[in-house]
Amino acid sequence: MKINRDLCDICGTCVAVCPADAIVVSEFIVNIDNEKCTNCLNCLKVCPIKAIEEGE
Amino acid sequence: MMVQERYDIVVIGAGPAGSVAARFAAENMASVLILERDREPGIPVRCAEGVSHNGIAPFIDIDQRWIASRIDVAKLHSPNGETANMYNNGLGYVLERRVFDAALCELAAKYGAHLITKADALDLVWEDGKITGVKYKYSGEIRKVKCDIVIGADGVESRVGRWAGIKTVVRLEDIDTCAQYTLTDIDIEKDTCEFYFGTKVSPGGYIWIFPKSDNTANVGIGLSGHLSHPKGPKEYLDEFVQRRFPKAKITYTMYGGVPTAATLDEIVKDNIMLVGDAARQVNPITGGGVVQAMIAGSIAGKVAAQAVKEKRFDKKFLKEYRKEWDKRLGKTQKTMFLMKERFMNMNDERFNRIVEFCQNIPRDKFSLKTLFTEAVKGNPKLMIDVAKAFLVSKIKMK
Ligand SMILES: Cc1cc2nc3c(=O)[nH]c(=O)nc-3n(C[C@H](O)[C@H](O)[C@H](O)COP(=O)(O)OP(=O)(O)OC[C@H]3O[C@@H](n4cnc5c(N)ncnc54)[C@H](O)[C@@H]3O)c2cc1C
Ligand code: SF4
Ligand code: SF4
Repeated sequence: MKINRDLCDICGTCVAVCPADAIVVSEFIVNIDNEKCTNCLNCLKVCPIKAIEEGE
Repeated sequence: MMVQERYDIVVIGAGPAGSVAARFAAENMASVLILERDREPGIPVRCAEGVSHNGIAPFIDIDQRWIASRIDVAKLHSPNGETANMYNNGLGYVLERRVFDAALCELAAKYGAHLITKADALDLVWEDGKITGVKYKYSGEIRKVKCDIVIGADGVESRVGRWAGIKTVVRLEDIDTCAQYTLTDIDIEKDTCEFYFGTKVSPGGYIWIFPKSDNTANVGIGLSGHLSHPKGPKEYLDEFVQRRFPKAKITYTMYGGVPTAATLDEIVKDNIMLVGDAARQVNPITGGGVVQAMIAGSIAGKVAAQAVKEKRFDKKFLKEYRKEWDKRLGKTQKTMFLMKERFMNMNDERFNRIVEFCQNIPRDKFSLKTLFTEAVKGNPKLMIDVAKAFLVSKIKMK
């Protein structure tokens, strides 16, 4: 999965629904570890600003 | 302040849950360090800022510095445009959370808790299969601090529980995905919170208007996570604002998530406790979590301090927190959770009927309880649970 950093508000909503613990929030940036990601698309569906897309 | 190498308790997160837990632990003689990732507690605000007076008053002296407005009325809007006013929910406030959260944190500091901001917890430290501290990043440097108990108060984005092997992931149905604007130059009533329901307005959730002054308000939306794609909260909110406040100016834009689940099955393990959004201790129907976080924090802080006194850091001892939480709110939350499922699946016709029903209740009899009772009609089991839950919360209020 891929995060559009121009859109991401660093709100952490995606982290709560990630079954793979693949998403990490820090003060200014959110990262997805694609090694851990299982492509369930939960994060993409709940992101309030649609900042997450499929792809690496 | 010199950061010590070890504390009795390390709290991760300086939101309402963490600050209140730290304060009660410190007040009861434990040494406490709070780690907060952001530069300042309370910022950025991700909240509509509505709370009840009775909910917060036990924890902090009411201070005008963090009160934006006093709320006496809740106004419900049905999908067909009808409205009903509710007057008997007790005094409410719309807060200035950036000031409120800082005040809670200052209170913890006053009782002796230490705090580091811009301190991002990265992981737990383990020795011989036991949690013995926290690894965190501060000023680009990786540091470790030792402790006997870690309190995870790290909000909806919590990872502390995961590090301890606790299952914290929530279903899409159990998260509300939210967008909110603070709007100014709008026509509202300062003492009235407004709510809009309906499958076209806000599927599985609602739109809120929480006034901050006589012409400014937090206007936001929460959609249930399984109904928020491809059309998400921002699109729904923009449509609403265009309709109701076409001339408004936006002074603040914010996105966020609210876990509308039941409390996690596991909120304590050896050497660790979870509180607030991290433990999913939110009212699943209203999405309110500030008071819940403070209540949980107060219980956890006291139990943790007692654990320090008795040198008992095992799950069995820390479970006292769970027991007390279930008594105070956990059970009610569970009932609310069951009711939420029903709310989520209600069609517009039903919302219309509920508001119509509300219009016909005499002003002095109309409260949240009457509303919920109507909402669960036709489901006797739920009705009994609701009645019980409200009985319990009524007794608690006294
Ligand atoms: C849009 C929206 C509207 C809401 N409206 C209301 C409302 O009107 N009324 C109400 O009662 N509730 C409301 N809520 C819910 C309420 O905001 C939360 O329930 C409440 O903030 C929970 O408090 P907390 O202390 O558990 O978590 P938070 O307030 O989220 O605090 C968690 C803290 O932990 C920090 N943190 C996270 N990870 C780390 C780490 N690794 N290291 C260090 N620090 C970390 C964060 O920076 C944050 O400061 C709303 C929520 C949203 C999203
Ligand atoms: S797609 Fe699923 S597994 Fe991958 S990051 Fe998103 S939520 Fe996690
Ligand atoms: S949910 Fe969206 S906006 Fe929020 S942190 Fe994740 S990617 Fe960013």
